[in-house]
Amino acid sequence: MSATPLNAAGPRTAGGARPSVRPPVQSGSRFGALADAWLPRLVLSPTIIASLVFVYGFIALTAWLSLTESRMMPKFELAGFGQYERLFELDRWWTAAANLGIFGALFILFCLAIGLGLAILLDQRIRHEGALRAIYLYPMALSFIVTGAAWKWILNPGLGLEKMMHDWGFANFTFDWLVDPDMAIYTVVIAGVWQSSGFVMALFLAGLRSVDDSIIKAAMVDGASLPTIYRRIVIPSLRPVFFSVLLVLAHIAIKSFDLVMALTAGGPGTSSDVPAIFMYQFSFTRGQLGLGAASAMMMLATVLAVLVPLMYLETKGARHGR
Amino acid sequence: MKLKAAVQAALAITASGGVLAGAAAQAPQVEVLHYWTSGGEARSAAELKKIMQAQGVAWKDFAVAGGAGENAATALKARVMAGSPPTAAQIKGPAIQEWGQEGVLANIDQAAIAGKWDASLPAVVAKLMKYQGHYVAVPVNVHRVNWLWVNPAVLAKAGAKAPTNFAEFFDAADKIKKAGMVALAHGGQPWQDATLFESVVLGTGGADFYRKALVQLDQASLTSPTMVKSFETLSRMKAYIDKDAAGRDWNLATAMVINGKAGMQFMGDWAKGEFTAAGKVPGKDFLCLPAPGTDKAFTFNIDSLAMFNVSGAGQQKAQLALANAVMSPAFQQTFNLNKGSIPVRAGVPRDKFDSCATRSMDDMAAANGAGALVPSLAHGMAVDTAKAGAIQDVIARFMNSNMTPQAAAQALAKAAKTQ
Repeated sequence: MSATPLNAAGPRTAGGARPSVRPPVQSGSRFGALADAWLPRLVLSPTIIASLVFVYGFIALTAWLSLTESRMMPKFELAGFGQYERLFELDRWWTAAANLGIFGALFILFCLAIGLGLAILLDQRIRHEGALRAIYLYPMALSFIVTGAAWKWILNPGLGLEKMMHDWGFANFTFDWLVDPDMAIYTVVIAGVWQSSGFVMALFLAGLRSVDDSIIKAAMVDGASLPTIYRRIVIPSLRPVFFSVLLVLAHIAIKSFDLVMALTAGGPGTSSDVPAIFMYQFSFTRGQLGLGAASAMMMLATVLAVLVPLMYLETKGARHGR
Repeated sequence: MKLKAAVQAALAITASGGVLAGAAAQAPQVEVLHYWTSGGEARSAAELKKIMQAQGVAWKDFAVAGGAGENAATALKARVMAGSPPTAAQIKGPAIQEWGQEGVLANIDQAAIAGKWDASLPAVVAKLMKYQGHYVAVPVNVHRVNWLWVNPAVLAKAGAKAPTNFAEFFDAADKIKKAGMVALAHGGQPWQDATLFESVVLGTGGADFYRKALVQLDQASLTSPTMVKSFETLSRMKAYIDKDAAGRDWNLATAMVINGKAGMQFMGDWAKGEFTAAGKVPGKDFLCLPAPGTDKAFTFNIDSLAMFNVSGAGQQKAQLALANAVMSPAFQQTFNLNKGSIPVRAGVPRDKFDSCATRSMDDMAAANGAGALVPSLAHGMAVDTAKAGAIQDVIARFMNSNMTPQAAAQALAKAAKTQ
């Protein structure tokens, strides 16, 4: 910030920097002090209460439901961990969990690699950068439903890519992952990466632009090559960006529902099922609310398993002043 | 207390899309939650509205789009939890019993006795409409599920004839495949896999075996050689389905039969709507045959309106009037002509129905007499939703993997134990 130290630390009564935000009461009066102390809390409290109830309250409610015998309608008598035992015995749950592992890992990896690569290329002060950036970023403007539906047509062997190649005379070309139970989950990765890597690129590009020019110039003076500068200076300084990107991508991966629903609907059969679809079906269409709640808690546990180590690393880094 | 009312109102608003329920309690009116939102279905629902309005009962529509009624079920739960259920809701099969256990359904015996429902409904159907011996729901229509839709032009081109049993079916399928067309049009969605499966079980084991295995979930029958043989037949059928079938909607599969790209399809009689909408004539441009080996049996899928507890004598009277109207021969005729299904009750004039529908009526009456009228598993008529879902998962896995018929039968028996 450009404010001088005096301005930032000085008493508000000194006037000067921001006269317009001063409350219209006499400075130093008891009312003014009270308002100063309580007004922010008062203004923030509705949102805090709303998140306490509608986020954390409902998490608690789900946790409670997962310990009951709730079927079609919620019942609130605790019944132990039976729903979790039932959940872990279901083949379908393990298919969903394995698919989440495959999808999450590949989705995050490819998005990071492609996003960072594109950002570094765009960072070379090339012509038409704005236009290129818009092209790469734009898939993010589509909903996952649209992405899923479009890729469903592109990847359908009888309609899209494979048929086009056949029509062009490449009779031996096959690309039927969408209808292959063993490969269907990878089509979800393709569509997901297509959708999200532009967004990752935009975040990285913003991060790259914020790296201090003088350090880079100093390195150049010292005779470092461009790849070395990126590897040793620029990318390490992008740590906070990496953190945010990982966080966002992990969330997208774990809650992915619409993309899978539109692209494969969990099929063929149940081969590309993911926990979010599992949770929806068991809670709302199969009248097994308790089991669905248990699977939702397992999804929350997955998010926490990713989030907590990351947060810990990040705060530790911050404490060391990096 | 005020807070509770506010929460109820808020839930009601979310559930009904902005219509505050329970506010207007003066004039007799019925609010009906249904998912008849596509063309012919919406026309059918409008017919019911007209009948009710002629009796001075206001009609409040609560339509929730979404084919299999999943969205409607979610909306209904929100309304019931908020303490303001609609007058009636489109619920079918064992789900009626599940709602009955929640203690929210209304007794409509008064209408049933006056209308002599017991005499005009098949006993299996009447049983589904009752909870603890009392009528709580009223049936609207019957869909027959064990149909095989055939394009005779494709058969002629391939030199095959219409099949009546599995041997003839595979013979015809071979010929169609050799002639370069798809023998079996299918959509690889779990409910369609289950539709195919139940017809195969019925054709392989007959109605008594079907009832023992898929309705009573008898463990010995589920693992019996007949079940293994059913899975073997199903597995043979996979070879005649094109590989792009995964995830295909049923109406697209029907379209393949309509335009001659494919020869046959297993599907319920809602497929007839696709044929007639394409200007095809039954018996000439397409054939409706009982699925191989099932000509004496009939798997049914019945839509029904379950009645919920409403307060106030006026509202209760309106509810009984609604039940009466749904069972009236006039409504049953118009509704089913529009929807492509057949009337559920006896005594409905049949001169306006086409040859597929009249055959369906005859077969249903015959099957009812012979004890071969069985509920459809794939369409939520046979077992509760949790068990049906688990069974459907097994069938879907079998259709999409190299699982052996023996392993599938074992998995099926395990799935049937789902609580």
